[in-house]
Amino acid sequence: MPITYTSGEQVEVYRFSIPVTIGIPLLALFAQAFVPLRFPRFAVYFDLPLLVTIFFAMARRNPIAGLFTGAFIGLAQDMLGHNAIGLNGIANTIVGYGASSLGVKLDVENAGARFLVTLGFYLVHSAVYFAVARGMVNMTQNWSWLHGILAGLANATLGVALYFLLDKFKQRT
Amino acid sequence: MESVLGRYRNLIILVGVLFLQVLGLATQVKRGGGNDPESTRLIRVWAVGAITPFERTLVWAQNGTGNLWHNYCYLRGVRAENRQLKDQIEQMRLKQVRLSEDAAQARRLQTLVAFKEQFISRTVAAQVIGSSGSDLSRTVYIDKGENDGVKRDMAVMTADGIVGKILVAYASVSQVLLISDQSSGVGALLEKTRLQGVLRGTATGEVVLERVMSDEQVPVGETVLTSGGDQIFPKGLPVGTVTKVAKGKDLFLDIKVRPAANLSKLEEVLVLVEKQERQATAEDNVRIRAADILAQRLPSVPDKPATDANPAASATAGGTGGGPAGATGGVTQGSTNPAVAKPAAKPTGGATTTTPAAKNPSGTSNDPGVPAAGLSAKPAGATSTVKKSAPAVPSTVPVPKPETSPSTPAGAPPKQAEPTAPPDSSPPPAAESSPQ
Repeated sequence: MPITYTSGEQVEVYRFSIPVTIGIPLLALFAQAFVPLRFPRFAVYFDLPLLVTIFFAMARRNPIAGLFTGAFIGLAQDMLGHNAIGLNGIANTIVGYGASSLGVKLDVENAGARFLVTLGFYLVHSAVYFAVARGMVNMTQNWSWLHGILAGLANATLGVALYFLLDKFKQRT
Repeated sequence: MESVLGRYRNLIILVGVLFLQVLGLATQVKRGGGNDPESTRLIRVWAVGAITPFERTLVWAQNGTGNLWHNYCYLRGVRAENRQLKDQIEQMRLKQVRLSEDAAQARRLQTLVAFKEQFISRTVAAQVIGSSGSDLSRTVYIDKGENDGVKRDMAVMTADGIVGKILVAYASVSQVLLISDQSSGVGALLEKTRLQGVLRGTATGEVVLERVMSDEQVPVGETVLTSGGDQIFPKGLPVGTVTKVAKGKDLFLDIKVRPAANLSKLEEVLVLVEKQERQATAEDNVRIRAADILAQRLPSVPDKPATDANPAASATAGGTGGGPAGATGGVTQGSTNPAVAKPAAKPTGGATTTTPAAKNPSGTSNDPGVPAAGLSAKPAGATSTVKKSAPAVPSTVPVPKPETSPSTPAGAPPKQAEPTAPPDSSPPPAAESSPQ
């Protein structure tokens, strides 16, 4: 069993079956597109594809796998909207890379760590998206710390619950 | 070198993937300003094709369950609601009479100025099955696409007001750009003040009316309509209501608008797949009152006071004196428009003389070249007649076929009145016959 050692602790690396690898991100994309029809504020505060990216990246603990997971999920998310393709792709790529790199160094199995990591990466994602949208695509974007933190907290809370559900699909390598 | 590549392998791949995406973004920005989904249509089809079938199935299942419950299980209060709706229909019918008279008049006036009208000739009902899932891209997906005749830039609306326009039409689904998206723009005007502006969405999802000068007075609560200037939405569709007016920047007002359609809870929408532009004609869909037909067929009916509010009753009462006021005095002064005059041309057209007045055997005001009363323009006398006869809606009948025009109306009493009106009751001067 390949094991990464960090500060003397054993950090386990997980893998996922192909149906889970494809199905969970698709389900997240589907839910993100469908739930706002019934609960319009959902899209304002929650970003399920981002949570799934963070989960897979942290569980695999492989930066390359993490960045590709982020890139694919982000690009698919962009395809459903009407803005330029690549905005979420770039942001999720960075988040995927960061989350998997962090996963190598930290134990992110407990709820507290997951909460903080998700909150932090939500803000990173928002900042990268904001920068690319303003700087490259010339989109009118307003940065709001209040909204960022509130949405980050909401995502972190949902993320902790979601990660425990998704933990059931983990397979030890 | 190899060790450097190995050590920074992850970072190099990250930079490479980011570079490719930035390159892709730059290409899109160059092609379509970054917001033209048509330039990346082929790629988007994959995502849309993967997601929308699930959405469509779920919406179908949800609707099926909802319909089962509402149509078969939960019928409490339906009887009372039915009663209420019937009352409402009666009220609406009364209102419709008034409006149809106004509309007929408007059509006549439009004819005079050769006005070109835009009609909504065909719409397709569609179900909203999904959204973009992001508050930065306010779009929804509907379950109708190119296969159903939906094309790019078609208007999308609900019964309450406009919703947006078709951004991309795929084979069986379409993406709709909502009016609350910051990249949308709709030509709009204020209902009372007739000020025109551009309706735009903001980054926060609000809808604002731009380009209204700050020295204009815009009251809160005023209705906003489409102006038709964008060539997408026909003129006069409800857009929303003004909720806040403030001084903006660059000499323009900052007007916030609450959309008439509930954009956050859309379920069914209509796509305007076909609209026509045609010359206004006054005879379109105009219905003539029964009394007016009598007036045509009884050329010698003498004038009656305008207080005869129930022409149908007059008709059944014997028809001798049955010509309602509007049918004679008002009618003759009706339109000089030949199109308007057409329906009445045959019924009494037995005369051989050439002048319109001479065609009338009695020499009364029942000029065959003149439209029936319902078609008449708005002479002073006719106005009061129309308003008073409003409750007599059921007595309206469709325009009769000219060929079936006997001198005696079916159902009229056998004793027909002979022309009794004196010849001097001829039509008023042409100057008065202007509908205006």
